[in-house]
Amino acid sequence: MDKMPRWADIVLIPFINLLLALVVSGLVVLYIGESPWEAMKIMVRGSVGSPYGWGYTLFYATNFIFTGLGVAVAFHAKMFNIGGEGQAALGGLGVAMVCLLIPWPHWSIALLAAVIGAAAFGAAWAAIPAYLQAKRGSHIVITTIMFNFIASALLVYLLVNVFRVPGSMAPETARFAEAARLPNGYDIAPWLGFSRSTPLNVSFLLAIAACVFVWLLIWKTRLGYEIRAYGHSQTGAVYAGINPVRIIMISMLISGGLSGMMAINGVMGEAERLVIDPVQGAGFVGIAVALMGRSHPVGVFLAALLFGMLYQGGAELEFEMPAVSREMLLVIQALVILFTGALDNMVRMPVERLFLSLRKGS
Amino acid sequence: MTETATDAAPFAIELKGISKAFGPVQANKDISLQVRKGTIHGIVGENGAGKSTLMSILYGFYKADAGEILINGTPTTIPDSQAAISAGIGMVHQHFKLVENFTVVENVILGAEDGAMLTPSVNKARKLLKQLAEEYQLHVDPDAVVEDLSVGHAQRVEILKQLYRQADVLILDEPTGVLTPSEADHLFRILNGLKDEGKTIILITHKLREIMEVTDTVSVMRRGEMTATVKTAETSPEQLAELMVGRKVLLRVDKQPARPGDVVLDVTDLKVIDEHKVEKLRGISLHIRAGEILGVAGVAGNGQSELLEVLGGMMTAQGGSISVNGQEIDLSGKHSDGQSRRARGIAHVPEDRQREGLIMPFMAWENIAFGYHHDPAYQKNRLFMDNAALKRITATEMESYDVRPPNPMLQAKNFSGGNQQKIVVAREIERNPDLLLVGQPTRGVDIGAIEFIHKQIIALRDQGKAILLVSVELDEIMSLSDRIAVMFDGRIMGERLPDETDEGELGLLMAGVTKGAA
Repeated sequence: MDKMPRWADIVLIPFINLLLALVVSGLVVLYIGESPWEAMKIMVRGSVGSPYGWGYTLFYATNFIFTGLGVAVAFHAKMFNIGGEGQAALGGLGVAMVCLLIPWPHWSIALLAAVIGAAAFGAAWAAIPAYLQAKRGSHIVITTIMFNFIASALLVYLLVNVFRVPGSMAPETARFAEAARLPNGYDIAPWLGFSRSTPLNVSFLLAIAACVFVWLLIWKTRLGYEIRAYGHSQTGAVYAGINPVRIIMISMLISGGLSGMMAINGVMGEAERLVIDPVQGAGFVGIAVALMGRSHPVGVFLAALLFGMLYQGGAELEFEMPAVSREMLLVIQALVILFTGALDNMVRMPVERLFLSLRKGS
Repeated sequence: MTETATDAAPFAIELKGISKAFGPVQANKDISLQVRKGTIHGIVGENGAGKSTLMSILYGFYKADAGEILINGTPTTIPDSQAAISAGIGMVHQHFKLVENFTVVENVILGAEDGAMLTPSVNKARKLLKQLAEEYQLHVDPDAVVEDLSVGHAQRVEILKQLYRQADVLILDEPTGVLTPSEADHLFRILNGLKDEGKTIILITHKLREIMEVTDTVSVMRRGEMTATVKTAETSPEQLAELMVGRKVLLRVDKQPARPGDVVLDVTDLKVIDEHKVEKLRGISLHIRAGEILGVAGVAGNGQSELLEVLGGMMTAQGGSISVNGQEIDLSGKHSDGQSRRARGIAHVPEDRQREGLIMPFMAWENIAFGYHHDPAYQKNRLFMDNAALKRITATEMESYDVRPPNPMLQAKNFSGGNQQKIVVAREIERNPDLLLVGQPTRGVDIGAIEFIHKQIIALRDQGKAILLVSVELDEIMSLSDRIAVMFDGRIMGERLPDETDEGELGLLMAGVTKGAA
């Protein structure tokens, strides 16, 4: 049993996947009569060509890192948590409540409290499907996706009937107090050329810390060991005396908590209030990010950056190339997800065969 | 046996220079094989010797990289199993490919129906089945549902399926793995009957006794090569074993008489009812003393697995008691799991190393911690595991248990079956347990590793530990055990001493027949 080198698995295959996605996307752009090369240039320039552009790119990436890590942790326990969307929405509720109900003296303390609030709410939202899976065998994919809808409806209800500012027509909470606002890229590192209004904020550093946390958890702790063991073999876990209920619950709570923390970035760091859809699909992108990143924090980080570029570059493309509609962008993003996530084996097998035949030849 | 007739018979199957590689692994290397019509031809070899690959090529599952297949003297290409069937080749797999909730006749016609409506084929098949049953002593009720059949009968359905497709050459892959000795004898009578009718049979097995008993010619494979083809009458098990392994092998296990001490394990009236409300254990009582090996014999599926799993904490019991060193084990509450058993000095080499004993994608060092990952020696501090220490410990254990390659960073799935099992055995024995549970210790393990693992088990016994050995290999039970308990249908049919019994008596007990009743 021989395999191809690790670097090919980690770097080469995602790269080929991405390349294929871009080629097919290019064909789509060509079909509507625009130049793929030009579109590509606009996307790259738009996403990383200016402090403005990569402020947004990193802002989106922050969202995807959190939701991607959330999905990845659950993946290690063979739990397919596709409820990141709902868990992040509930995380937003947690952030808003923490920020609105208590007058914080300083943003750092408020951030700490928001982390706890967001993680607790996200985890709580994941806890119900987790319990149903662990104790009653209800399939986690079904329950988590249904909980996305419940979360969305719950948020609408609360924003309209409970948190709406009296007299306002907008279904959103009041703006958070000045002291609860997070420093953004301009406040922290003005020399990097960010404008005052850049959405990039300290949550990005929090996301990097979350990557380190997940890496330590999964590969260095006993709990991570048990999660991975359970994920690879449930019968093996029973043999070793690893409690399946405990692993399902804990891994899903951590997963939901991480997804919930995504809301800190948007709700506390950018909008400074809770709006009706604080997640905007980041929960689903997290699935693609975790798949492409092989459920490894470094991979998740890189994949999140890529999707951040796609989001920001896509927005620029839509702006500069009117023929490319919003739906077209969704198609391009979907192609990347399709090639990197779902069609992985299509590329993997021929590449593997190529490596083996090369080795035999030498 | 008509020696001259078989000698002169033409070749039914001829393989010339067959080679097949999977990546860098050369599974078959320039193999030539000639099987005469109307003979039973055995193929023996260790696991991974390339027997299954060779037969898969003949049956059209794989395409050979090089070589030629001749059937009845005509060169034939076999791109898929459909082609193999139309060339008159039938295969009976080790794991039956039957639809459990179909009847026998439905299974037989499956894939060979004559048209869109089933009734004509069913009637035709029924008639043919009746005829075949009489011709070859292959009696099975055509309307019985397969899941109600015994394993021996299910296997006959597989054979009938092939005969219905007019197979002239039957390939049987490890056919006796799941049979009682008497069922195996019946199978051999059937095979001899088929042979007398002019059918050609290729028998793949690792049991030398069967080869000696039933085959006319035997071919030995080792590491992808055909090392010898000899007439069965002119060879001996010792010679075959040597050809298989490439060196002299001890077929008998060397051991001193046991010196039993105090009772370590005491099981009383243990009952297990599974989730389908089936009674798996119907009141098992047994004890094992220190320095003693109790062998549990039986056909697979008669409760041995459940016994091991309850003792190992993988399953809950619905009644009875277990005590270890005089202290009762809590079977009821939440504290009955693998961890609690390990804390009481019970180590467990599980029956299925790939699904239970090891985490296949885990590296060797991660697997050495498996089940013992709570051990304080494996923790660096309150937060982290001591991965560096584990790698060191693994390297030493791999050295002393001769695991090859001795690389702690290799994933379990990249070791051969024998070396995987050595990792499990090393992990469990190195814990210095009071009681070792061992399930199928040498299933899918090559002869060299079998010898080594048997020695380790006996060495542990000689250190005064109690050992419960469950195995479907009667030879293994006979040669390792100090006492033998035979299980049938969730009960212990009787206990025998290995010196005072024989395979015939044990075989009857395994089939649920006690001498008093007969």
